[in-house]
Amino acid sequence: MSAGTVPVAGGGLKQAVTDGWLIAWRHLKRVSRIPELAIMMIIQSIMFVLLFAFVFGGAIPLPGGGSYREFLLPGIYAQTIVFASSITAVGMVDDVSKGLLDRFRSLPMARSAVLSGRAIFDLIYQFGILIVLMASGYAVGWAWHDGFGNLLAGIGLLLLFVFAMSWVGIWIGLSMRTVESAQQVGFTVIFPLTFISNAFVPLASLPSWLRPFAEWNPVSTLTSSIRELWGNPNPYATENFPSEHPVVMTLIWIGIMIAIFAPLGVRKYRNLSR
Amino acid sequence: MQTETLAPPERSVSTGGKPVIVAEGLVKIYRGRKTEVRALDGLDLTVNEGSVLGLLGPNGAGKTTAVRILTTLLQADAGHATVFGLDVVKDAQRLRSLIGVSGQYAAVDEHLTGRENLILFGRLYQLTKHDAAIRAVELLEQFELTEAADRPAKTYSGGMRRRLDLASALTGRPRLLVLDEPTTGLDPRSRIGMWEAIRERVRAGATLLLTTQYLEEADELADSIAVVDHGRIIARGTADQLKSQIGGERIEVIVHRRSDLDRTRALLGGEEVSVHDHLRRITIPASGGAQRLVEVVRVLGDEGIEIDDIGLRRPTLDDVFLKLTGRATENNDESGDDAGEGKQP
Ligand SMILES: Nc1ncnc2c1ncn2[C@@H]1O[C@H](COP(=O)(O)OP(=O)(O)O)[C@@H](O)[C@H]1O
Ligand SMILES: [Mg+2]
Repeated sequence: MSAGTVPVAGGGLKQAVTDGWLIAWRHLKRVSRIPELAIMMIIQSIMFVLLFAFVFGGAIPLPGGGSYREFLLPGIYAQTIVFASSITAVGMVDDVSKGLLDRFRSLPMARSAVLSGRAIFDLIYQFGILIVLMASGYAVGWAWHDGFGNLLAGIGLLLLFVFAMSWVGIWIGLSMRTVESAQQVGFTVIFPLTFISNAFVPLASLPSWLRPFAEWNPVSTLTSSIRELWGNPNPYATENFPSEHPVVMTLIWIGIMIAIFAPLGVRKYRNLSR
Repeated sequence: MQTETLAPPERSVSTGGKPVIVAEGLVKIYRGRKTEVRALDGLDLTVNEGSVLGLLGPNGAGKTTAVRILTTLLQADAGHATVFGLDVVKDAQRLRSLIGVSGQYAAVDEHLTGRENLILFGRLYQLTKHDAAIRAVELLEQFELTEAADRPAKTYSGGMRRRLDLASALTGRPRLLVLDEPTTGLDPRSRIGMWEAIRERVRAGATLLLTTQYLEEADELADSIAVVDHGRIIARGTADQLKSQIGGERIEVIVHRRSDLDRTRALLGGEEVSVHDHLRRITIPASGGAQRLVEVVRVLGDEGIEIDDIGLRRPTLDDVFLKLTGRATENNDESGDDAGEGKQP
């Protein structure tokens, strides 16, 4: 037989979209089969709320006053989203080690779909988690004050951040050989990022040598952005670019992360055939 | 090393189709920080349309590497391969719609049901929703998975997972099926079930490339066998040709006292006797089959040589190797990474 008679699989944007959705569908199905993963993630975030709101909360004064819980919840939302990238990383390693990625790569599907499908899924999944957390936050006394438009803008910004973190997770996942090492990397990067930030405590309480890191930290700028958008207490320690323009700074960070990690992830994926 | 051709390369056994796979001089080197593994070292391979080629070799011989190159998953460092006339690198995407691959691990999503897996893979083979659903039902039926169709694959036994994996490779009705150690890690019953499923494909006219560590498996399934070692083909032929070359069945005696080894050897005579000192084992060709076995028992009994064990043994890959390379396969004492992986629950 001659190669000329071989039908070429659809190709193009339409196939990329369809196949991306198929992969996202696959991940969504998995969520319904292992609901405990989503539940654990929500419980973990609620634990943080309880811990900080009821245990440490009383001891953390907010410069400029305001409710600590209203201050805390945006930090929890940001932290949850940042932690999610390690779930992406672990999922990627798992797919590689179980041979599923090889199966996908042996199929005449759009090359981009494995990664884009994962990113689409992360967006949908984290959106769901966020809604549950915001409802829980509302129950313990958090609220937004600056109108529906700003609420949506805050959610939009969080989701953009999810998208960027998902590429970080994809890159980490494709770089690691075992689930444990992916978890470990996630932990060692994410832990300082979330705890040396304004997510739980006002930055004024940090030692001054640590402050610049905390101020420019993307987790801080994301948290400040949503506090600002939603009219929640948003004290700052120093007047500088990230404290005055947190939304702009966060968008810049998102741009930088995508610009660095999306190409790195794609390259790792291509290099699987090396 | 010279390729030992047991049969003329254009052999009569392979049903006379045109070549589907043509690989020439494939070289693959895995480079680590300090190490370099030459996994393929000039591998040549031809598989004709409608035939079944068994790629036989011990753990680490380069089988998986070869299969991954031929199925577009990995790029060779040197050499050239075409499948259906399509270059495995340049025309990879077109080629993918013509081949079905089942790797060394059952690569299915264990949290999806059997049906969902098949529909997902069918859709990614670019079948329509409708066609993918119909194809899934067909395949579930064929592989006796209908009852388990709507259970997560996690709950399947090893044999069922392998069957689901094979079914997944078939969703796109591929014209070439490539199976990498399809039964490694399966219990004997599942293995026979898997053989049956594969034979079914062969009857349906599929062209098949399969790798295995077992001569018996290659014998069961393949029209012809290529023996691979250190990334090269060291022999080609039918199973019968290979077996007759190594002398068919043999008798294995394990004597009770090591001091009896030399005497036993002398009694059984001939050059073809091989002695394994440590295991107190003597192996001789059993040209007369069971008759010769009875003879040996009698001779040893008359001489008062105590034996722990005696039996007829069919030739294995080890024997082929010993004959072809003058050394035993290296993966006997290791637990074998490959075999272990297949045993996941
Ligand atoms: N990704 C890899 N990196 C480094 N070495 C590898 C890799 N994959 C295989 N090898 C080595 O290449 C050789 C051939 O491996 P493989 O093709 O898996 O053999 P087989 O499938 O016959 O067991 C082995 O020595 C193996 O250790
Ligand atoms: Mg292998």
